[in-house]
Amino acid sequence: MALITTTKGEMDESLLEKKEGSVDNDIEYTTWIEYWLDGELVHRSAHVALKQSVTLSAEAASLA
Amino acid sequence: MANTQAMCTSFLGELMTATHNFTTGTGNTFKAALYLASATMNASTTAYTVTGEVSGAGYSAGGVTVTNGTSPISTNSSTTAGVGYWTPSASITYTGVTLTTAFDAVLIYNSSASNKAVSVHTFGSQTITAGTFTLTMPSNTTSTALLRLATV
Repeated sequence: MALITTTKGEMDESLLEKKEGSVDNDIEYTTWIEYWLDGELVHRSAHVALKQSVTLSAEAASLA
Repeated sequence: MANTQAMCTSFLGELMTATHNFTTGTGNTFKAALYLASATMNASTTAYTVTGEVSGAGYSAGGVTVTNGTSPISTNSSTTAGVGYWTPSASITYTGVTLTTAFDAVLIYNSSASNKAVSVHTFGSQTITAGTFTLTMPSNTTSTALLRLATV
């Protein structure tokens, strides 16, 4: 029996409708999980794995 | 209004004034704050601001502290070029939060140096309900590190 933290407190997972999804592109790989109770969203978590750096290009100028 | 992934321009100049110290243990403390999709965080951001920051149960203004278990690394790729790079050593996690307004960016900033901005990173819009939001970092390598300073 797994307990899920929800907007209504801890609830048994078996009482909830579970939805999962993912997004995979050049920027991120994201997974999310939702739990619904009687049509109401009571829990949503997301996990984003960043794929891109931010890069600074540096240059030493030539002495003319 | 939109957030744009970028290294903050003010950070570039501050590198030459020793404003930021990423040394593990003895360096500065860096934090990560989340921003609404309607905010305008980008290269011109100079410091952490509450304007546009997410708010909700379980989230503290200013965000969370970034785990810095690995100091910056410098690697030469030739006699004229190389890369300095750094990545937080653990995922950035916001536990037990409810953030009902869509957010799509995180600002890394230096809380030891007047909250000066380092970089903005964007992702697909998210909301969280009584849950956890986790940002997993890319691998800390010369080509994938979160922050890369490369000679051209």
